Amino acid sequence: MALRHFGAAAALAVTVGFGSSPAWAVTEIQWWHAMTGANNDVIVKLATDFNASQTDYKVIPTYKGNYPDTMNAGIAAFRAGNAPHIMQVFEVGTATMMAATGAVKPVYKLMAEAGEKFDPKIYLPAITGYYSTSKGEMLSFPFNSSSTVMWVNLDELKKANVEIPKTWPETFEAAKKLKAAGHDTCGFSGSWVTWVNLEQLSAWHNVPLASKANGLDGFDTVLEFNGPLQVKHLETLVELQKTKVYDYAGRTNTGEGRFTSGECPIYLTSSAFFGNVKAQAKFNFTAVPMPYYPDVKGAPQNSIIGGASLWVMGGKSAEEYKGVAKFLTFLSDTDRQVYIHKASGYLPITKAAYEKAKAEGFYKDQPYLETPLLELTNKEPTENSRGLRLGNMVQLRDVWSEEIEQALAGKKTAKQALDTAVERGNTMLRQFEKTAVK
Amino acid sequence: MQKQAIFQSKLLPYALVAPQLAIVLIFFYWPALQAVIQSFLLQDAFGLSSTFVWFDNYIELFKDPAYFEAIVRTFFFSFAIAISSLSFALLLAVMADKPLRGSMLYRTLLIWPYAVAPPVVGVLWIFMLHPSLGVLSRYLRGLGVDWNPLLDGNQAAGLIILAAAWKQISYNFLFFLAGLQAIPRSVFEAAAIDGARPMRRFWTVTFPLLSPTIFFLLVVNIVYAFFDTFGIIDTMTRGGPGTSTVTLVYKVYSDGLLGGNLGSSAAQSVILMVMVIVLTGIQFRFVERKVTY
Repeated sequence: MALRHFGAAAALAVTVGFGSSPAWAVTEIQWWHAMTGANNDVIVKLATDFNASQTDYKVIPTYKGNYPDTMNAGIAAFRAGNAPHIMQVFEVGTATMMAATGAVKPVYKLMAEAGEKFDPKIYLPAITGYYSTSKGEMLSFPFNSSSTVMWVNLDELKKANVEIPKTWPETFEAAKKLKAAGHDTCGFSGSWVTWVNLEQLSAWHNVPLASKANGLDGFDTVLEFNGPLQVKHLETLVELQKTKVYDYAGRTNTGEGRFTSGECPIYLTSSAFFGNVKAQAKFNFTAVPMPYYPDVKGAPQNSIIGGASLWVMGGKSAEEYKGVAKFLTFLSDTDRQVYIHKASGYLPITKAAYEKAKAEGFYKDQPYLETPLLELTNKEPTENSRGLRLGNMVQLRDVWSEEIEQALAGKKTAKQALDTAVERGNTMLRQFEKTAVK
Repeated sequence: MQKQAIFQSKLLPYALVAPQLAIVLIFFYWPALQAVIQSFLLQDAFGLSSTFVWFDNYIELFKDPAYFEAIVRTFFFSFAIAISSLSFALLLAVMADKPLRGSMLYRTLLIWPYAVAPPVVGVLWIFMLHPSLGVLSRYLRGLGVDWNPLLDGNQAAGLIILAAAWKQISYNFLFFLAGLQAIPRSVFEAAAIDGARPMRRFWTVTFPLLSPTIFFLLVVNIVYAFFDTFGIIDTMTRGGPGTSTVTLVYKVYSDGLLGGNLGSSAAQSVILMVMVIVLTGIQFRFVERKVTY
């Protein structure tokens, strides 16, 4: 008897918890994300505001760990037939998501089927380009975007009598002077070594990282980043590493404390580092565009984005998709984008939001928050600067880092290291091509 | 003495063993079987398409020199971790076994590190020895050591061995202490009366009588170094610099979970499984005979 009651209660709990029964309940939309701290607050506020704005749908945000964790949780949930409606996936997971035809619902299709007003032209092309097919069909919805910038410790530069560098040769010179002025463990450094020194470097100089528009035009892409520019750049870093004018700070962003502590006065990393710099740096700072090589014709081109986008998972009901589409429209609203931009430091994704923030004088006090936008919109994106779409990108980056580390440690020459990185990467791309759903 | 239990019913013993058997089947054999099946497939991360490829995943692995490097590295790491943590734990246990004031306190404190999860161990050591964050790194550099495990593979490997061995010391200590206390005092007293010095007493009395414990711990430690050090590697070096800290288990993780290459990852875990079976077999067949019980 008691057992039967328990069963009924459990059944009730299940219906209440996962209920999507249209008879009386609102349609629930699960949103898995990887945002912590202040950015988590932004997500919760967005969901709360959306839920308050109408009565048919309810967005439920759930934190699922860091980017790879969230993605793995989503993949595991999909395999178990339990995927969320919306999943935040970092930019390097794009190819994996794209290859999974059937597992995801492309945003442009979703919006058309749900009858939502949707014009891809209102979004900043530098951002949407990353998440669109070469025909301009938007596959996922950009959410939090950033780009690589050069963070500068203004006080230390002033002390060493160094101007803010604009080109790479100027940066190397500045770092040498800074080292002479007392920064003997680190003249300059950076995080995400492959993102900054291979991916962004190539786009910024309009040089291909891989064939087929860096993979955007097909999975049969091959890596091409062992060209003269990249080799020369790595050779210089290897040379400077010997005297610690440049000092390697690791594959991820664990070395960022070296900038905020004042150890490295020049530091290349994501513009999303802003929150930490603001909270911890006890000096005047700014963020300027990445340096470029002046002898490369047409440089600088435009940078590519980092961050994440929202993917809509496949196999849900039309009613649920309608809610998801409404939510994406809600997020595209200009005021809302301005709010996200200001609260998180990530870029606004619509042109209107950018204009509005500018008109409000948001960049007057904090010009460095506009830097990544200026980099992204510097020139009309080309085949080499529209974005990257390489399968198994997380592991590819690890393999590339391994080779760069070998070069920096003096075990291989820069050319050998990049050649091996290309070779090993290509093997992985072929592997990915075999498994990708055609 | 009679060792056999007597059951009245023929079914009862089976019924009593059944839950245990069910657990073993569901949680050990079923996943192992899944891994074997998976290792013959080529599958995308979402499981949308899969092709049967026979032994391709294995062949790919054996064509890859990096895989052999990982095998050699794993064995080296395991022995280094097992030997260093065992010898240090034995030293501590022998010292804590002496009649000391407050010995209970020492013993308790020595056991604490075992409660720390491997990734946390990684983070703790990172805080001490990371080239830029680390507290100890500053002193090392002050002493003129070019300390940079981000680029120096040997230093990184040393760091992993140090952190992994440190975590295991508590566990070994606990067993050694129990083993030491199980040795009858009268044996020591007899040896002492015969005029044996402390060092001689240790090598001729204590050590042989401890050998079952040592043997057991050796197996446990090697298995630990094989499988449980993954969290430490992931938080401390992510396999770098270069590939100097990629062990077999870490490779399973990075290929399977980060790389989405489930077939290769499964093939690697099958090989690992075989390796452990063989290792354990060898240990119990040949080494155990030499152990005094």
